[in-house]
Amino acid sequence: MTAAVEVENLTVRFGSVTALEDVSFTLKEGGFLAVLGPNGAGKSTLLKTLTGLIEPTQGSVRIAGNDARRRDSLAVSYVPQLKTIDRQFPALALELVVSGLLRRWPWRISKDDEVRATAAMKSAGVADVARTPIEHLSGGQLQRVYLARGMVRNPRLLILDEPASGIDTTGEGEFYHLLEHYQHDHPNATIVMITHDWSVARHHASDVLLLNRRVVGFGNPDAILKDELLRDAYGHRGHKHTMQVGS
Amino acid sequence: MVEAFQYGFMQRALAAGIIIAAISSYLGVFVVQRRMGFLGNGLAHSAFGGVALAILLQSHIPALDPLWIAAPFTIAVALAIQWVQQRTRLASDTAIGILFSLAMAAGIIFLSKTTRYSSDAMTYLFGSILTVGVRDVVMSIIVLALFAAALPLWGRWAYATMDGELARADAVPVERDNYILTAVLAVVIVMAMKIVGIVLIAAFMIIPAATGRLLTNRFSAMTITSVIAGIASVVIGLPLSVQLDIPSGALIIVLQSAAFFCALVARR
Repeated sequence: MTAAVEVENLTVRFGSVTALEDVSFTLKEGGFLAVLGPNGAGKSTLLKTLTGLIEPTQGSVRIAGNDARRRDSLAVSYVPQLKTIDRQFPALALELVVSGLLRRWPWRISKDDEVRATAAMKSAGVADVARTPIEHLSGGQLQRVYLARGMVRNPRLLILDEPASGIDTTGEGEFYHLLEHYQHDHPNATIVMITHDWSVARHHASDVLLLNRRVVGFGNPDAILKDELLRDAYGHRGHKHTMQVGS
Repeated sequence: MVEAFQYGFMQRALAAGIIIAAISSYLGVFVVQRRMGFLGNGLAHSAFGGVALAILLQSHIPALDPLWIAAPFTIAVALAIQWVQQRTRLASDTAIGILFSLAMAAGIIFLSKTTRYSSDAMTYLFGSILTVGVRDVVMSIIVLALFAAALPLWGRWAYATMDGELARADAVPVERDNYILTAVLAVVIVMAMKIVGIVLIAAFMIIPAATGRLLTNRFSAMTITSVIAGIASVVIGLPLSVQLDIPSGALIIVLQSAAFFCALVARR
């Protein structure tokens, strides 16, 4: 099977600060990678190098065999954190989803684009809010609209930055089921997601990357979510959470 | 009120006013949604430095139009602001504050070296649309043509306004587009100096866009509403200012503000 993501000896520095050091891993097509680590571990930096937003200082990042900065941008979709989204921007939910198709903001929406966007919104369970301004959506609805925006062009790689932050527990569970459905319908699609929730990683991910600027562990959840590795990544704080992981 | 338009000076004022109001209000939606209001003010004050330099040079080249100096001067400051923002971790208002203060300081030094600044500089500080000449109208039309070439960028500018990081992740050349947007803003601000004056230019950009935001929930509709509000304020404000013997630029801003507060009430 082809590698969806190949990261080799990746180092990212911002001035004198090293955000990532010598990170290497390979994710197979169709995989679901949960990226875990404490605050400041370089998780968001890793995601931004995958999307081509940050250039590696050293090493390489390849998406489906191509350099991340020269990859087919339609093949990769990025779903940002809810807290970074500007809800004051005047936009209907449908327009936001269509922007994912066009890669620009729509002046008007063609019938074809509306059909595709509506189908993606239906998959994400938010077709009923298509004509609702985004400022009137709940956090859970907005996150699903962003997921629909990410899915609308059927990307081969879906990158999510803490997608469940700001959503209640019920909404969170439904959100991860939507991701599973997407992979069920698109077996070659690969998902990379930052999460702070170890139980999510255990129940939904095929692979876990435990990060603390360097790779602390990479592999299947059962092999990685272990007491000693979590303590390596999180320090003493990790020990308390380990009990939850094991339960 | 309509009879006023039979005079040549009013026709010129109206033509230039409509063109600059339309472009300013169009760009204003990006300024408002990107929370760049201070940039508008900063560029307007930077333009003062360019005008002052032109007034100084006029003692050697009497036929020199201040706009020919003010435009490149303001564009240079605008690009420098954008460059400092991208190269440093300084907040945008800090970069704007440093460079517009520098431009203003240079303007004050230029004016100190000339003897004819008081009346000429005042024209640009407070605007004088009724002194708009044929050359100004031609310049406005040229700017309109250049601006028309940038119309296809609306979708990319709007996308980056919505979320710059998403746009970058989708391979939109956000940094290059920002330089273009800032340069276009600088040109329009220089052109608007004669109409509303340096002191009120930022309001000329921001108020119609803010009105559009209050009345609509879509960025495209906000853009259209803003342009209509900007043009209407000039079409109504110009003849009214002649009839009431009030400075045109100031009355245009008062009318735009009245529309904004009406929209505010209507929204509630």
